[in-house]
This record gives sequence, structure tokens and C-alpha cells, in this order.
Amino acid sequence: MLMRVRTVARNLCGLLYLICRHPSALIGLVILVAYVVMALFAPVLAPYPPNTGSVRQSFLPPAWQEGGSPAHLLGTDHVGRDILSRIIYGARVSLWVGVLSVAISMVVGLVLGAISGYYRGIIDDVLSRFAELLMAFPFLLFAIGVMAILGPGFFNLIAALTFKSWVEFFRLVRGETISEKTKEYVEAARAQGQSNFRIVTGEILPNIIHSVVVLATLRVGYMIITEASLSFLGIGVQPGVPAWGSMVDDGRDYVRTAWWVSTMPGLALLLLVLAINLFGEGLRDILDPRLKVD
Amino acid sequence: MRGLRVLERILSTIPIVFGVAVIVFCVMRFTPGDPIDVMMGREGHVSQEQIDALRREFGLDKPIHVQLYMFLSRAVRGDLGNSLTKHRPVSALIRERLPATVELALGALVFSLVLAIPIGVISAVRQYSFVDRASMAAAFFGISMPAFWLGIISIIVFSVRLGILPSYGRLPYGLEPARVTGLYVLDSVLTGNVSSLVAALRHLLLPSVTLGAPMAAIVARVMRSSMLEVLRQDYVMLARAKGLTEWAVITRHALVNALIPTVTVVGVQTGVLLGGNMIVETIFSWPGIGRLAVDAIFNRDYPLVQGVVMVYALTFVLANLAVDILYTYINPKINL
Repeated sequence: MLMRVRTVARNLCGLLYLICRHPSALIGLVILVAYVVMALFAPVLAPYPPNTGSVRQSFLPPAWQEGGSPAHLLGTDHVGRDILSRIIYGARVSLWVGVLSVAISMVVGLVLGAISGYYRGIIDDVLSRFAELLMAFPFLLFAIGVMAILGPGFFNLIAALTFKSWVEFFRLVRGETISEKTKEYVEAARAQGQSNFRIVTGEILPNIIHSVVVLATLRVGYMIITEASLSFLGIGVQPGVPAWGSMVDDGRDYVRTAWWVSTMPGLALLLLVLAINLFGEGLRDILDPRLKVD
Repeated sequence: MRGLRVLERILSTIPIVFGVAVIVFCVMRFTPGDPIDVMMGREGHVSQEQIDALRREFGLDKPIHVQLYMFLSRAVRGDLGNSLTKHRPVSALIRERLPATVELALGALVFSLVLAIPIGVISAVRQYSFVDRASMAAAFFGISMPAFWLGIISIIVFSVRLGILPSYGRLPYGLEPARVTGLYVLDSVLTGNVSSLVAALRHLLLPSVTLGAPMAAIVARVMRSSMLEVLRQDYVMLARAKGLTEWAVITRHALVNALIPTVTVVGVQTGVLLGGNMIVETIFSWPGIGRLAVDAIFNRDYPLVQGVVMVYALTFVLANLAVDILYTYINPKINL
């Protein structure tokens, strides 16, 4: 057990070293860590509570603009709430939704993909046809439909995003399992009398997990954008919870007079997704050089 | 032989479309909330008799499998039922709105391909140059950019600040060209209506760019990477050794082969384009089926949701089918 922990720790240190040597992955990771810190310590870092404001202070421009105040660095919205504070709190929703929805999709896709690819037969046929059916729906339309059925809310949002996104992981794991199970090391494990469960979890999965991790990292950004799109349409998290998508929507009616209300949360979203994609692509170059974009 | 394979591939889409229809029907029927209650909620106080009459009219009093059979048999004939909220046939509503959506999707497709393919090719040919680095950085921004935010920023810059492009609708009132296809740009060209053409193009520009930008970014990256791979092949070296000009090598030998992965991505992205148009249509008040879908979902207008989702899914399946068939023409070695 101790040996295994040591091996995992050594591998993680090696990975961290490789990330540090990959400039874009490192930049992505640093920005990502900054966002995580911001989300974790939101009550300490935010200058104001997210839902407190006064109509008398509505539409204050950012500090560097005429009429702006250093007390509200990024300005205020239509009800006088501090935009910076809401952006800081909004990072919580985006990060949680992104990470949780991808983690659940990954686990579901991993289990079903491994079963489907390893056993083939009727299970594979049924799961593959079902996955094909789900692929026929545009992702956002599907998510909007599920949210309309379940209603707004944090866990409903996770469910809506997970319902279809496991298919990506399923297809990847299924394909990789089919390809790996014909290799000699799997034959050797079988000859040793290992159980199917042991072969899949102990032999095949460690050989395909890097592709799954890369896909997961790259999907987090997409999920965050989809969550923001749903919040923008008014069917994301519960009203009142600061989310970047709904903040952009709040400012839509005032783009002619108060551009910052929509622009600032969108910028925060863009920067986070950029960081995730930089990190994800860097990780792909490191873990799966076959897929490296030249 | 190829014709037979194409036919086989076309037939293989039928179970998928059937499955989509069944899923949509079941999901909408098992959703909490009665559609008649939703409908009556809008129309004030009504008696139980009126509610029962409406149930009979919409077939909601029948067992679920009979409703499914009725839905499927009508859908095959193009009858998608009547909208609960708009009190009109769903197929007529979709027919009315579809041209706007098709025009927007085509605009986005043209924008993304016209921009992305040359950028991908130039980036590959001039690898690691300033142009390559700048365009790939822009592409990276493109894939990370939320469409709704890009739309709002483009409205702020081009409509509010510069005042050079309109920010909503398809055309100003009274400028609509005579209807031929329902696609305003095409109809303006066909009827020789220059003022409508200019106005339609101006209205189309911002929504198309907003919708097409992520696709352009992805296509440019794929194009660059497949072009780089092709440029290293022996037959390209042979073409160069034969003394062909660089232009001829790229256009006649490399480009055609590099287009194969791009066609796949374009096919897959068509689905994303359709999924994204609901957001873009909402931002730019574009009267297409994307907005119709969002409104229908919020209003629990089951027949309308079923109809619109069927159209989306069918388009997505057909786009994939078209890509598969196109493959065999671009590269005859590929079997369906």
C-alpha cells in the first residue's frame, strides 16, 4: 500500500514538473488556481456581499472611468450591486458546475464504456444505439429541455449537463477498451487467470486513463460555457445566486448606457475558459503526445 | 456499389430518427405539469367540460401508446399537430420560421469556412511565422469565447459605439423582398432588390459572425494541423520535385487531402451551430426556430417542442449523413 502511495506521489510530482516546463499549461494552471482561491475565499476577498446594493448607487461606472469610484472597482449593476463582488461569488457556481458535471459524466462514461467495449454483444449494441440517439440532439437544446422539466437549481443544472455529456466519455472509453483488449498484456493477464473485473480495472483502465483525463479537462471549459448559456437564458441556478451568465443577461437591456454590466462577467468567464483550455491542451501534449496539435 | 452503400447509409438513419421521435414524445409526456392546465392558465376561468373537450381535441384523453402511435403516424405525413399556445399547426409555424434559421446557419457556415480555411492553410504553409502564431492565438480565443458574450460585445462595439450595423431583426419593416425561398438574401438577389439585399446582409452580419466564430476557430485549427501533416507526405515532395509551383502543390495536391478531416469537423459542428442558434437568435431577436424552441419549452407547448426538436435532430442526422457521403467523393478509398 505504502509503495503504491509513493508511486502515485512520484508520478504526480513528475507530472507537475512537466507542467512547469510547458509554458501554456503553466499559465493555465496559475490562472486556474487563482480562480479556485477566489471561489474558496469569496466571503473574504469580495468587498461586498453579492446581493447587497442600493438603487442610489446603480450604474456606477468602473473606477477608471469618469464618475467611477474606487469603492466599486468594476462598477455597479442596475440595482447598485458591486459587480466585482458578484464576479468573485459567481466563480463558485461556474467552477462547481464545471467540475461536478464533468466528474459525474466521466465516471458514468468510464463504467459504461469499459463494460460496453470489454463485453461487446447485446450490452454494447444497446448502449451504443442509445448513445447515438443522444448524439442526435444538440447539446444546448437538450440541456434547455431538461432544465425546463426539472426547473432551475444547482443540482438540476448538474443533472441537465450530465444527461448527455457522458456519451463523449463513453465513446472514448469504449473505443480505447476495444483496441486495448486485443493487446498482449491483456492476453497475459487472462492467461494468469485474472478475473474480468481485475483485467478491466487493473490492466486496461490504467492504460487509457490519460486520454480520459485529457478529455475531462477540455470538457470543463465547455460545461462552464453551457452553464453560463443556460443562466443567460434564465434557466440556470436559482434566481438570486450570482452566476456569470445571468449577470451578462442582467446587463443586456443597458448595453447602450452601462456597457460594463454585461462586459465584466463575460470577461471573467472568458479568462477562466481560456485558462482551462490552455491547461487542458498542455496536459494533452504531456499525457497524450499522439494527439498533440503540431 | 457506392450507390448501394449510400442507400444503406441513408436507411440506417431511419431508426435514429424514429428513436429521437420516441424519446422526445416520452420526455414531453412524462414531464410534470399538464399542458391543458398551462393553456387554460392563459385563458382565464374555464369549466371542466371545456377542459375535457380540449383533452379530446388534442388526443390527451387516450392511453399513452395510442398517443405515441397517433403522433408517429401523423409525423410521417408531416402533420406535427397544433400548437397549444399559438393555436396554429406546428408545421406551419416551423415552415414560417425555418428560413430565418437556415439563413443564419448558412451565413455562419459561409463566414467560418471563408475565414478558417485560408487561415488554416496559410498558418500551415508559414508555420511558426507571426501570421501563424497570431491566427492560432485568435483561434484559441475563438474556442474559449461564450457566444452570448461575443454577441453582446459586438452589439456594444458595432451597433452602439460605431453605429454601423443593426443589432436586431432580419430587415427593417417594409423592406422585405418578394418571397421565393424565405431566405431574404437569396430572395433579394433573385428579385433584383438591391436595397433589400444590402439591408439583409447588414442584419445578417453580426449574428452570423457570433454564431460562426467558434466554428471558424475549430476549423482553422483542424485545417492547419491536417495541412501540416499532408505537406510532409511523399507525394507532396514529389510534386515539388517535379518543379510545380508552390501554389499548384498546395491547391492541387495538399488542400484536397487536408480537407478530409475538416469535412468531419464541419459535419459535427453543424450540430453545435444548430444548438447555439437559440442563444444567438435570442440576443439578436432573430425570428427563427431557435427562439420558437425556447419559448415553446418555457410554455410547455408539447406539440411545438416535439416538432422543433424533431426538425433539429433531423437536420443534425442529415448533416452527418451528408458528411459521410461527401467523404466517399473526397476520398474514394473510404467506405461508408
